Amino acid sequence: MTGNSSASEQSSSGFVSSLYRVTLVDLILWAMRVAVVVVVVAGTIGTLRKGTYTAAEWFDFFMFGLTIGGIYALIALGYTMVYGILRLINFAHGDITMTGAFAAFFLARSFDHSGFLNSNPLIAMTLIMLLSMAVCIVVALLVERICYRPFRHVATLAPLICAIGASFVLQHTFRGMFGSNVRSYPDPSWMKGTVSVLGLPIPVSQVIVILTAVAAMLFLYLIVQRTKMGMAMRAVSEDRDAAALMGINANTVILFTFILGAGMAGIGGVLYCLVYKQVYFYLGFLPGIKAFSAAVLGGIGSIPGAMLGGLLLGIVESMGPPLFLDGIGIPAPYQLRDLIAFTMLVMVLIFRPQGLLGEKLARKRA
Amino acid sequence: MSFDVVTSSRLGRNSATIWGQVTRSGFYAGISGFFLGIVGILSMFDQRQIIVGIVTLGYATLAALPFAAGALVAAGGPPKTSWLALLGGSVAGTVATAAVALLPIATLLLPDIRQIFVVLDQPFLRMLTFKQTDPWLGIIYLLALGALMGGIGALLALLPARLRRPVVAGLIGAGIPGLFQDIFRPILANSNVSAPLANLLYTYTGLSSRGAVILFGVSALAVWLWDVNRAGVDAKLQQLNPGTLRNGRRALIGFGLAIAAVFPLYAGNFIGQVLMSVGLFMLMGMGLNLEIGLAGLLDLGFVAFYAVGAYATALLTADSPYALVHWTYWEAMPVAVLCSITVGVIFGVPVLKVRGDYLAVATMGLGEIVRVIVLSDAAAPLLAGAKGILQIPRPAIAGYELNTPVSLFYLTLVAALIAAYIAYRLENSRLGRAWMAIRDDEDVAQALGINLIKVKLLAYGLGAAFAGLAGSIFAVMLTSIYPQSFQLIISINILALIIVGGMGSLPGVVLGSIVLIGLPEALREFGEFRYLFYGLAIVAVMRLKPEGLWPSAARSRERQLDAEAAALQTAGAATGAVTGGVRS
Repeated sequence: MTGNSSASEQSSSGFVSSLYRVTLVDLILWAMRVAVVVVVVAGTIGTLRKGTYTAAEWFDFFMFGLTIGGIYALIALGYTMVYGILRLINFAHGDITMTGAFAAFFLARSFDHSGFLNSNPLIAMTLIMLLSMAVCIVVALLVERICYRPFRHVATLAPLICAIGASFVLQHTFRGMFGSNVRSYPDPSWMKGTVSVLGLPIPVSQVIVILTAVAAMLFLYLIVQRTKMGMAMRAVSEDRDAAALMGINANTVILFTFILGAGMAGIGGVLYCLVYKQVYFYLGFLPGIKAFSAAVLGGIGSIPGAMLGGLLLGIVESMGPPLFLDGIGIPAPYQLRDLIAFTMLVMVLIFRPQGLLGEKLARKRA
Repeated sequence: MSFDVVTSSRLGRNSATIWGQVTRSGFYAGISGFFLGIVGILSMFDQRQIIVGIVTLGYATLAALPFAAGALVAAGGPPKTSWLALLGGSVAGTVATAAVALLPIATLLLPDIRQIFVVLDQPFLRMLTFKQTDPWLGIIYLLALGALMGGIGALLALLPARLRRPVVAGLIGAGIPGLFQDIFRPILANSNVSAPLANLLYTYTGLSSRGAVILFGVSALAVWLWDVNRAGVDAKLQQLNPGTLRNGRRALIGFGLAIAAVFPLYAGNFIGQVLMSVGLFMLMGMGLNLEIGLAGLLDLGFVAFYAVGAYATALLTADSPYALVHWTYWEAMPVAVLCSITVGVIFGVPVLKVRGDYLAVATMGLGEIVRVIVLSDAAAPLLAGAKGILQIPRPAIAGYELNTPVSLFYLTLVAALIAAYIAYRLENSRLGRAWMAIRDDEDVAQALGINLIKVKLLAYGLGAAFAGLAGSIFAVMLTSIYPQSFQLIISINILALIIVGGMGSLPGVVLGSIVLIGLPEALREFGEFRYLFYGLAIVAVMRLKPEGLWPSAARSRERQLDAEAAALQTAGAATGAVTGGVRS
């Protein structure tokens, strides 16, 4: 009886009583949300009013955003798949990408010297991609063996810290092996120039990158959805013990996940070289963080989420500085391009950890 | 089902057969050698002479690998005859150097590989082939060295302790002064009393052979005498009453501290600089230890608080157009610390609900946001951008300006001692226990009435305070600050410090900073590869000894309790099996 009456009291004054529970922390968080929205809206209005950029330039920004977004999506797939299976962020994933990029660089350089790169572009690029994928896979399996397998049944921060250490080891091993100077990736003749799509010019390299990224993502999606191993992956990511009860060997699935993720990272690494044409030992750090932001943005643990998040992050990162940073009067807005990615990361982690397409699994952590 | 996968030591894993053990030891030593070679560490180590004209650090490392392999073969594993152990040790040693020999072999067979791996240049290959004109002969020498050192390692492990300990002590006694001659020689040469000793032992680039022999003999003799007389000394100590013993021990510790406090004055500027870096990182380590070790909040954006302290000090004291006012250091420092605390709390508020891995990445993102803003042109009118803020004056006490590394080191030391005292008191207070409760399980802690918001913000704020203090000292140490000094890598350095020393343990932070900061500064060759060294240290500690080198008292107690419980469990299972078997 008393329970019933208090329930009705609560339902009628529910909103008012919930106001009492608003704390200073909530106010600050709301202030953050409002600040970001104000910056974006004011900046956009400012830029559109100033009209500094033409439509062709906006299209360029957009296409570049798609390009870099495809690369982020590929790397993000590695993060999201490993998180789905192991509930761990593979901190070393960005540096695994770097290892593949270095391998690709050396092969591409030798192909370039011998002229093979110019004469048989398709075969050369396929071989380069395969080598990059192979190196990434080997390194990823090593990292899994050393940093993740011993901690599989223990829920501590130890694997994360081990992965941070592994990230350092990879970076500086490669620095020691190959030197700390920046190498420039060969620029073959068939990658120069632009292609006309719907009357608008797009650089050939960007078209190649976008098409390859889409093809790779499609390939991955088919594997995960249509093959038995993919079904096993989805089962293990949902409930490891139940999957084991169904006869799925979790160890094999985990290895397969790392292999797939590293393969995607390998392709992503080669594409990154094609876009930025520079290879150095610290290459993997920034794309790694941005790809992780993309994975979280799209919904960690969800493969379409990683793809969507990557594309979205790429577009926002490319169109953001001209769109809203320039509008609020910031000089040299492209310097703050990384700021946009980091801000998106922090905002997503604080306000919507499950991301856009995400599932409840992120809630348990956050 | 046992969840205790993270065991303490994995090196001692026993193989069933001796040849398995041989291959395993040789394999690990060989992989290490190959890795050290291809990364360029061996090549760089070759530049440092330990004993002038005889042994460089490169050759010492090259010899140490098969030595360790041989010792492992003889020491652990299944019981074996001495001859078999010697043979096994030799084989393991040969395997180890064979792996390293792959480098010159590969270069001889595929010369183009030198274009890919930068380390395979002539000096390095000549070092590996012992400077022989015929490289294949050099490779054979390399394999022979491996066999020899493997055998010697096995021999040493087989010797009775009475003989082995003096030999090992002699090696260490000669090796350490040779390795760290940059530290020992200036100290000895600085005062007239010990200068003749320096001339006796050292030449300009390292230990002389005479010095090496003397040190070896003295250390070996000392340890042998100690072993021989130890029983007598122990008996005499037992006869003293406990009060005298305790006073004696206290006097010893006090004497040691007094020497440690006074010795920087005689050590010279280089060592003062090294100690200063160690002190700064120790200070920051104590701050991050509050956040990670006690409260379990993995904060990778820590460098931002350091930057705030440094920039606040700069903006308040510098003789530069960017400065807001021109205060003295002592007026600016508390304000800088307050700014750091404020920023710490501001960082902490948004990430209150974020946990675990996500917290690490979120704080890393926040730290990077701060760095990008400070570096950008947009904030340049306020913060000077990439040009940095210059001409920060040094602090002065009663007219005496602290402008040598040694005097600044004393400033850091005082700050570190105050910080250590605060950290020690916090650890054993109600707040400290609330932090440890949060670290173990946030939900249960909240259910027990701990106000998560207050406790977490206090953790961030107090940790930031330590970092701000360190930042302000850093600013006056360099007298100019640039945004490039405040990268993410510093946060990870401090994280490495804490991990290696032991999470949550104050002496661990001190030990960690001495090992991880002092060692690369003292050994310049290590310093080149310091981040590789840090990464390897983190992975090694996490795999082999996750509680750190000097674990906190609480952690040691926990591990002891776990071990006892596990022992009881296995004993119970054994008796249960016996009785169950009998009953059925």
